[in-house]
Amino acid sequence: MSAPLLWIFIPAALALPALLISNGRILSIVGGSLALLLSLVALIVPIDQALQIGNFSLKIAPEIEILGRRLILTPADGSLLAIFYGLVAMWFYGAEVTRTAHRLVPLGLIIIALLVASIAVEPFLYAAILIEIAVLLAVPLLLPVNQAPGPGVMRFLIYQTMGMPFILFAGWLLTGVESSPSDLALAVQSATILGLGFAFLLAMFPLYVWLPMLAEEVSPYALGFLFWVLPTITIIFGMGFLDRYSWLRTSAGLSQVLSVGGLVMVVTGGLWSAFQRHLSRQMAYAVIAETGFSLLAFSLSPEKAVDAVFLLIIPRSLALLVWAMSLTQMKELAEPLRFSAVQGLARKHPVTTAGLILAHFSIAGFPLLAGFPVRLALWEGLASQSLGVAFWFLIGILGLLTGATRTLAVLVMAPQGTGWELQERWRPGILIGIGVLGLFLLGIFPQIFRPIMANLPGMFEHLGK
Amino acid sequence: MTLIAWIVAGLLLVTSVGILVSRDWRLGLGFLGLQYLGVFWLTSQHWPVSMAAIKVVTGWMAIATLGITRLNLKESDKESEQILPEGRLFRMFTAGIVTVIIVTAAPTVEDIIPGIGMPVISGSLILMGLGMLHLGMTVQPFRVILGLLTVLAGFEALYAALESSILVAAMLSTVNLGLALVGAYLLSARMPEENV
Repeated sequence: MSAPLLWIFIPAALALPALLISNGRILSIVGGSLALLLSLVALIVPIDQALQIGNFSLKIAPEIEILGRRLILTPADGSLLAIFYGLVAMWFYGAEVTRTAHRLVPLGLIIIALLVASIAVEPFLYAAILIEIAVLLAVPLLLPVNQAPGPGVMRFLIYQTMGMPFILFAGWLLTGVESSPSDLALAVQSATILGLGFAFLLAMFPLYVWLPMLAEEVSPYALGFLFWVLPTITIIFGMGFLDRYSWLRTSAGLSQVLSVGGLVMVVTGGLWSAFQRHLSRQMAYAVIAETGFSLLAFSLSPEKAVDAVFLLIIPRSLALLVWAMSLTQMKELAEPLRFSAVQGLARKHPVTTAGLILAHFSIAGFPLLAGFPVRLALWEGLASQSLGVAFWFLIGILGLLTGATRTLAVLVMAPQGTGWELQERWRPGILIGIGVLGLFLLGIFPQIFRPIMANLPGMFEHLGK
Repeated sequence: MTLIAWIVAGLLLVTSVGILVSRDWRLGLGFLGLQYLGVFWLTSQHWPVSMAAIKVVTGWMAIATLGITRLNLKESDKESEQILPEGRLFRMFTAGIVTVIIVTAAPTVEDIIPGIGMPVISGSLILMGLGMLHLGMTVQPFRVILGLLTVLAGFEALYAALESSILVAAMLSTVNLGLALVGAYLLSARMPEENV
């Protein structure tokens, strides 16, 4: 048994029989349990080390070879796999109540398998092609066959596809820079092309116009899943570049570029969110700000950056999960999700409203919620580097908080004398409730996942050392 | 040999402008088919012919996928360009501007990647540039897929000179076929009563 077979080929192969399951609830439970099982195996069984259970010895080999290239999952990748598949399990378990299980579970399994392969592939540059294939599979995930594609879907496809050629070409140029490091012009050219590639993939300013458009058009739950998984893997892929090329890692301008890029995204995402009147678009702007947080984490001093980037993964996923699930419930009650249509919904759907608002507050970094400890650490790190950056970071956060407060005001606003009339569906309500509890738990005890997170920097040879 | 390569680069200019200005989907796919022949020729400058043939085979398979799907759609599903600018003259004018930019930029690219040859660089830049122009002008699924396939064809012609791995060739072919399948999916993704 090899690690790539277990965490890449088996989930991808099981996606095909999953397509045949017509019962959404069974599909959701089977998919979620499979992901959970893979997560537990990653957590318990170390890669490339023999595990003795009585007379039985189990060893998972780290690599597999295909057409002269290798897929390698090192022991350090085990923690990431455990976190990743654990979070995927949560998304799959919630898929049935959001009526997306038929698309999310089979396609999600293949997408996750491809994205894990993008972390494992050697040479690592090929990850760009694997991410592109995952993007192509994301189209049927986002768009059911009975819905005409809008401009958001088309732009998503265009912008994500454009990233691949830039990254592949930059990868070739970077090898040239390695062999002649004194060639400054070549270094600048390759770094620019690489930056463009990642700007497309991460939907960086100003290439994020499609995000709010897409959010208006498609299922919030499927979108939330992609909003979590694609940027997370792209950022890890980007860290791979920094780890590989020492001149890039040590270049003086990198931290500044990341800091400015991240800050622009946090500020614009926050401010646009504050003035937004559509609930799905607000989630999109929060995601833009969230990507900005990751870039700002990258810009911290090398020893802090890796930890900070990884610390963002779990709160981001949990907040998006709760947010997307609540939005999906709301979309069934009011369409389109404009303020005028959702006004006063809190009186009938308090749990859904609470999920929506608390997830928004969590991404904004409100105290006691999952996003708070990471935002605080990030803000502290930024303040120690530059007070100006810390100030603009605060502006972005305030924008997100304003957006959340406006949404709260609209949702509880009802004509005088309107009473509370509970019309919540109990199963989504329970799942949202559990998610909200998780947001508080992570906010109050952020160290829960510390033991697993501690191994993650080991994925990189040089970064963070 | 160089003369033929320049003729092929010229053919790529004609086909990519043709895709940009043509309104009939059959004509668009015809130009795309010719375009893949040109890409095959440029790729064969750096790859063995048997391997370069992957480009043309994959490209034509993508065209077949799109063509069959388009053929099965009702006439009422035919895309009418809703977004301005839609005039052929305007498109040809912008294509001219992009071509001028490419002619100016090609020597700089040759400095960065020496030894590939100007015809290959010019041909691939023409495809990438005009493909991007196409993508900037439309959000219609069929046209977006044509634009993306054009951009990728240009990139692949250039990248073939830099990377000759079989796995990369296979993966890029998968991307091309995947794009065609996504295009077919998007073309048939309509309200149930609108489908054939």
